[in-house]
Amino acid sequence: MSTTISPRDAQWREELRKAHSTKERSTIPRVKMPELDPTYRVTCNEEVNQGLPAEAAVVEATRCMDCPDPQCVTGCPVSINIPGFIKNIERGEFHQAALVLKETSALPAVCGRVCPQEKQCESRCIYHKMKKQPVAIGYLERFAADYDRTSGEETAPVARPESNGIQVAVVGSGPAGLSFAGDMAKRGYEVTVFEALHEIGGVLKYGIPEFRLPNAVVDVEINGLEALGVRFVKDTVVGKTLSYDDLHRMGFQGIFVASGAGLPRFMGIPGENFIGVMSCNEYLTRINLMGAGRPGYDTPVLRGNRVAVIGGGNTAMDAVRTARRMGAETAMIVYRRSEEEMPARVEEVKHAKEEGVTFLTLHNPVEYLADEKGHVRAMRLQKMQLGEPDASGRRSPVPVEGAIEEIPVDLVIVSVGVSPNPLIPNAIDSLEVSRRGTIVVDDDTMRSSLPDLYAGGDIVRGGATVILAMGDGRRAALHMHEALANQ
Amino acid sequence: MNMILEKEHFSEKVVKLVVEAPAIAMSRRPGHFVIVRCGDHGERIPLTIADADTARGTITLVVQAIGESTRKICALNPGDCLTDVVGPLGQATHIEKVGTVVCCGGGVGVAPLLPIIKAMKAAGNRVVTVLAARTKELIILEKQVAEHSDEVIIMTDDGSYGNQGLVTNGVEDVINREKVDLVVTIGPAVMMKFVSLLTKKYDVPTMCSLNTIMVDGTGMCGACRVTVDGKTRFVCIDGPEFDAHKVDFDEMMMRLRSYN
Repeated sequence: MSTTISPRDAQWREELRKAHSTKERSTIPRVKMPELDPTYRVTCNEEVNQGLPAEAAVVEATRCMDCPDPQCVTGCPVSINIPGFIKNIERGEFHQAALVLKETSALPAVCGRVCPQEKQCESRCIYHKMKKQPVAIGYLERFAADYDRTSGEETAPVARPESNGIQVAVVGSGPAGLSFAGDMAKRGYEVTVFEALHEIGGVLKYGIPEFRLPNAVVDVEINGLEALGVRFVKDTVVGKTLSYDDLHRMGFQGIFVASGAGLPRFMGIPGENFIGVMSCNEYLTRINLMGAGRPGYDTPVLRGNRVAVIGGGNTAMDAVRTARRMGAETAMIVYRRSEEEMPARVEEVKHAKEEGVTFLTLHNPVEYLADEKGHVRAMRLQKMQLGEPDASGRRSPVPVEGAIEEIPVDLVIVSVGVSPNPLIPNAIDSLEVSRRGTIVVDDDTMRSSLPDLYAGGDIVRGGATVILAMGDGRRAALHMHEALANQ
Repeated sequence: MNMILEKEHFSEKVVKLVVEAPAIAMSRRPGHFVIVRCGDHGERIPLTIADADTARGTITLVVQAIGESTRKICALNPGDCLTDVVGPLGQATHIEKVGTVVCCGGGVGVAPLLPIIKAMKAAGNRVVTVLAARTKELIILEKQVAEHSDEVIIMTDDGSYGNQGLVTNGVEDVINREKVDLVVTIGPAVMMKFVSLLTKKYDVPTMCSLNTIMVDGTGMCGACRVTVDGKTRFVCIDGPEFDAHKVDFDEMMMRLRSYN
């Protein structure tokens, strides 16, 4: 973003920089996130990270050196003015800090919770050069966004901008769709978001559990968009209920497809269709979206006592930690590489371990065994060792010949990735689709092979993060706006 | 939204509902299904669309009360609303003129079979329909089926109506007396399994429509997966219709018992 309300050369920032020496700042230890006690939190769905108290946030913000060439910003997929908001926290202007976040991020309270900061902004922090822990940018982002949400200090409700009379449609209400909708509504477009499910929020609702991202946090964002005039239409599958042509007939001049990564992948090993072997999408959707396991809800869910989750990503951690909360005595992660190669966030792995999850790294399932009724009763695991680095740069797992063990389980959750949802690509003949099934778009404008159709998020990337999806939504909004304005 | 306009009891546990759903009525084709949810704490369940009226903006569902959710739906009355109706989902039936088509349905499977019978007849096929049920009261939609079939054969287990015997007896009789080019079967999994075994013996191409457990119905959860020709397929997006000779019905029946 070129303009900001918090430029580095602002007088208050210059003064703030002089308030403490580098040494003073760098000797402050990194703040610790207050967390619920593990023995308590596995009994409920309450958010594990409790958020920083204001005093702790100010101290942490003081650690930030306000670098002349802040590398953290280059690590952020949407280039948030990170020192700009952190210095506002340091001087106690929490609401201003939130406004700086909102310049670039549509969902700061969400990103402050689910972004892999340790791989993005925090990985570039100057503190690494001093062999010290980076500034807790993620915690501070969450602090400012939550302050804004809960303090009541928020400025008067965002005024609904005057309509420019141009209708645009959004397919899918996940992070990409929501950020696109917000940006277009602010520019005066009449935005309608079509959602296939009966809840708005996409993966933020059906996928990420409440102990990591409370639904209330997502609902605030959705309510904010409604206040801007965004219309949400549930239970509508674009490509099925409404065709691309139907959208044109309804008067939509631009369409943004953010339909997500639909199909769960399975490994294709014997026994994978036994009862009690399911995708992480199914397990998490039943519990998070459908309320399975809560009194009064109709949707059933299998409650395993010995649960194995196959995979090492964030979704695998969400599933295994959910299994503990659903009463599993033993909850295991089965991952074919070592912990070092795990794609999950360090924090998720730490939380899972604290909650009593067992890690069977360097193990890969080769077969599931069932009882006479077809219920899974055991998994056969091939022991692995690390060989040469593969295309992903990670050391590839190689089977240890003959080393196979059988472990009893009564629920297996397969979390080895997803493929793009084929619904939209299949429904629009002339749309260019990659071999992997993702919609092909211009990297910069997010425009597809059809001039009025833009796409972003996992339907383009095939499986990425909330922040990248959000960035796509914002970029698509900018370029669709330019295209429509020039018509 | 989704208001029930008409309700008719086909039998004690089988109900026909005409539901307001204009967008779905416009876009549905034979073979499509919807996901329905009843109540804010309700389950999402798939139901095949039995009919639609684009002028009235309605779809027709035939529901058998077999579990908690279907019982709730069957208890609704005209004026009540379904909480959610999503669709049309799945792939539409491939309709073409092939010659003689035997359409065989058991229980509530006759309801989704009806639009296929209509379409097959309209495409110029000779349509012989075999309806089967345990007993006379459970035979549904006979009149509507007869309107679009060249011949209707009724089979009841107890012989209380039509011929005594199973659906397979009725289908086998037709195959033995004339050349059959295609069999379409919709009904309980076990029925489709035996129809499939029979037609495989006679080498008659056979299409079945599967009704498996689903959550989202749009490809996301994989609860509906079946093995077809040795490969895992999703009923919600690849189906619901498949080449019956290639479906692993035993596995499908096992998976239907996941939550029993």
